[in-house]
Amino acid sequence: MHLDLVPVWTVILGVAVFMYVLLDGFDLGIGILSPLARDDDARTLMMNTIAPIWDGNETWLIMGGMGLLAAFPVAFAIIIPAVYFPILLMLLGLIFRGVAFEFRLGKTSHRQFWDAGFFWGSAIATYFQGVVLGMFVEGFSVTGREFSGTSFDWVSAFPLATGAGLLFGYALLGAGWLVLKTEGEIQQRARQHATIALYGVLAFIAMVSVWTPLTHARVAERWFSVPNVYGFALVPVVTAGIAWITWRSLRTGGRDHVPFIGAMGLFAMCYLGLGISVFPYIVPYAFTLWDAAAVPSTQMFLLIGTLFLLPIIFMYLGWSYYVFRGKVTADVGYH
Amino acid sequence: MELDPVFLSRLQFAFVIAFHILLPAFTVGLASFIVLLEGLQLFKRSPLYLRLSVFWTRIFAVSFGMGVVSGIVMPFQFGTNWSRYTDATGNVLGPLFAYEGLIAFFLEAGFLGIMLFGRKRVPPWAHFFAAVMVALGTLFSSFWILAANSWMQTPVGHELVDGRYVPVDWLAIIFNPSFPYRLVHTVTGFYLTTAFAVLGVTAWHLKHGRHVDEARAVMRMTVTFIAIFVPIQIIAGDLHGINTMHHQPVKLAAMEGLWETQARAPAVLFAIPDQRAERNYAEISIPVLASIYLAHSPDAVIKGLKEAPPEDRPPVAPVFYAFRVMVGVGILMLAMAVWGLWLRRRGRLDTTRAYLNACIAMLPAGFVAVLAGWTVTEVGRQPWVVYGLMRTRDAVSPSLTGADVLLSIALYVAVYLIIFGAGIFYMARLARSGPPAHVEMREPHLTERPARPLSGAHAELP
Repeated sequence: MHLDLVPVWTVILGVAVFMYVLLDGFDLGIGILSPLARDDDARTLMMNTIAPIWDGNETWLIMGGMGLLAAFPVAFAIIIPAVYFPILLMLLGLIFRGVAFEFRLGKTSHRQFWDAGFFWGSAIATYFQGVVLGMFVEGFSVTGREFSGTSFDWVSAFPLATGAGLLFGYALLGAGWLVLKTEGEIQQRARQHATIALYGVLAFIAMVSVWTPLTHARVAERWFSVPNVYGFALVPVVTAGIAWITWRSLRTGGRDHVPFIGAMGLFAMCYLGLGISVFPYIVPYAFTLWDAAAVPSTQMFLLIGTLFLLPIIFMYLGWSYYVFRGKVTADVGYH
Repeated sequence: MELDPVFLSRLQFAFVIAFHILLPAFTVGLASFIVLLEGLQLFKRSPLYLRLSVFWTRIFAVSFGMGVVSGIVMPFQFGTNWSRYTDATGNVLGPLFAYEGLIAFFLEAGFLGIMLFGRKRVPPWAHFFAAVMVALGTLFSSFWILAANSWMQTPVGHELVDGRYVPVDWLAIIFNPSFPYRLVHTVTGFYLTTAFAVLGVTAWHLKHGRHVDEARAVMRMTVTFIAIFVPIQIIAGDLHGINTMHHQPVKLAAMEGLWETQARAPAVLFAIPDQRAERNYAEISIPVLASIYLAHSPDAVIKGLKEAPPEDRPPVAPVFYAFRVMVGVGILMLAMAVWGLWLRRRGRLDTTRAYLNACIAMLPAGFVAVLAGWTVTEVGRQPWVVYGLMRTRDAVSPSLTGADVLLSIALYVAVYLIIFGAGIFYMARLARSGPPAHVEMREPHLTERPARPLSGAHAELP
């Protein structure tokens, strides 16, 4: 008997990547917003909202990468060399921002340098994740089982634009997180920044929604053919609804969790839209999920442990968030 | 000159892993050391161990952060530069890497926040539990990544289908022939690396008459530790070498500097190996000794490098010299252990200035040995990426040009020099400043906390 595990692995990998985007998204967003902090104390406080958890958030990146390698090896072997420089720059950005948490406290006279490292590292990592996303939507040049383009395929209008879009997206998540975790003036400013980021995000969603079907007949066909269009038309409607609720909450100073949840909702809708556009490809538009799948023995061996471990992982990551719950204020420092 | 993407990709991998491995080499042991200190403070209710734990946790925070970010680079290297290797081995190695993430990285990351920042947010037992989980995470991580590495050294449990390795027996893949030896030898090496780093810092404090109570306690613990574990490590290394002789005889021949297959093989102490001429110059050797310590019989036949055709031999000189560096450091460590034990019995451990100076000089010894040992095993595996099955030159990503890789190396070098330079600078500051005079414990009133967050690198020197 051969059980088809590909759908299971598609869901697990999909969840892992989405967890990464949401979780590291908001803490990279803090980095993007960090130069807008009113002063040094405000920036320290912003960073304290994520100091105990960013490491766990970034672990989802490894999980996404290693899950892809294990469950769809040839996809990893094609996509990762295809995004050689975007991945390189993303990694170097993540290094700078990761060490900044510790190093900025090392010597006061060095703080400006590491604060700059925190911002630029976060912004560069975000931008090049967006570039990777854009390249993924555009599709890769593949011959046989190998990437056959060059290491500079990323220098192209669409990926360069999606990079900028993701900067707004993560800034929105980060600002939403700050509304949730802070009070007073920092929260007030976070609402303003979230509003601006929301406009940026909506502009990019609109742009991608027009650009992609125009340049990819396959994507247009997927969305606009009958009967697909009746179902998929819900996606933009729900997206608009979430955007409106988020916007109204930001303008009227509504409940503190609404902007963050709204931002996550917008990401979920974009992610869904991406899935609708590229399914069933894992290497657009050369390898489907089934073509790229690891052998059943590999998928099964990893699945057994994963199904056992994921609930436990969610439990202790949840505990970590629970321990550091509530508002972070200047007189409550972490230790 | 034509830039060779294979050579440059190897250079890049060697560079990023050499810097990365320094951190787990330190943090694997340090996490366990902190568990010990936390356990002592919890069960003995001793403020001295609490102060020590806070001190070493600060240093742990900086080194672990650097380990995490330099570690994220590593798995992506397999894709960016070695995509043909990934395509060929993904079915076998993918789950091992993924299990490292699932079991180890999440465990570390999930409890690290509480270990570093949670002392006042959770009860003492929960904080201790978090420290135990982080330490376990570092050990699980070593387990899975060394299983994967060992499979590349001694691949079994697979079959070849359409040019790709497909798993047949997972237990055989994980517990492949070199894995148990490599795991014990590497983790013991990591523990000793930490022990000598801790010993060096502690001796420095004693020498300068600072934090004397804490330093004395740690000196005694550490000297006992190395007195037990250096001999264990020497035995483990010897067994690992014999395992290599059985499974990778050409690597062993390079380590020993033996070209000819021979009975009564000599132990080569020093030589200048010449790959082209297939011989050694300036050789100093002890007759028969290698046959005795490798096969426990003077007449045992030891295979030489010439067993393999020239294109299947590793570059001999780096393997040969790195092996001697590792063994040399091991002998120095043994001397430190014996000397320390002797001083301890005479009650002069804390006051013998020469020994304190020697401890300070030996602070980086473990790091040197780890890098040398890693060089032996990885360069010794060449020209194979998967021993005997897949050549390194067939593993590289086909789309890369030499210029691409040169550019990426330049960027890695620039960033790592800044990050590691700064990291060592801050850790040295923390190490010099020593344990805090007073540590605030969790109070019933959670609102009364200091204004400033206390992170790892918080301490400013006066």
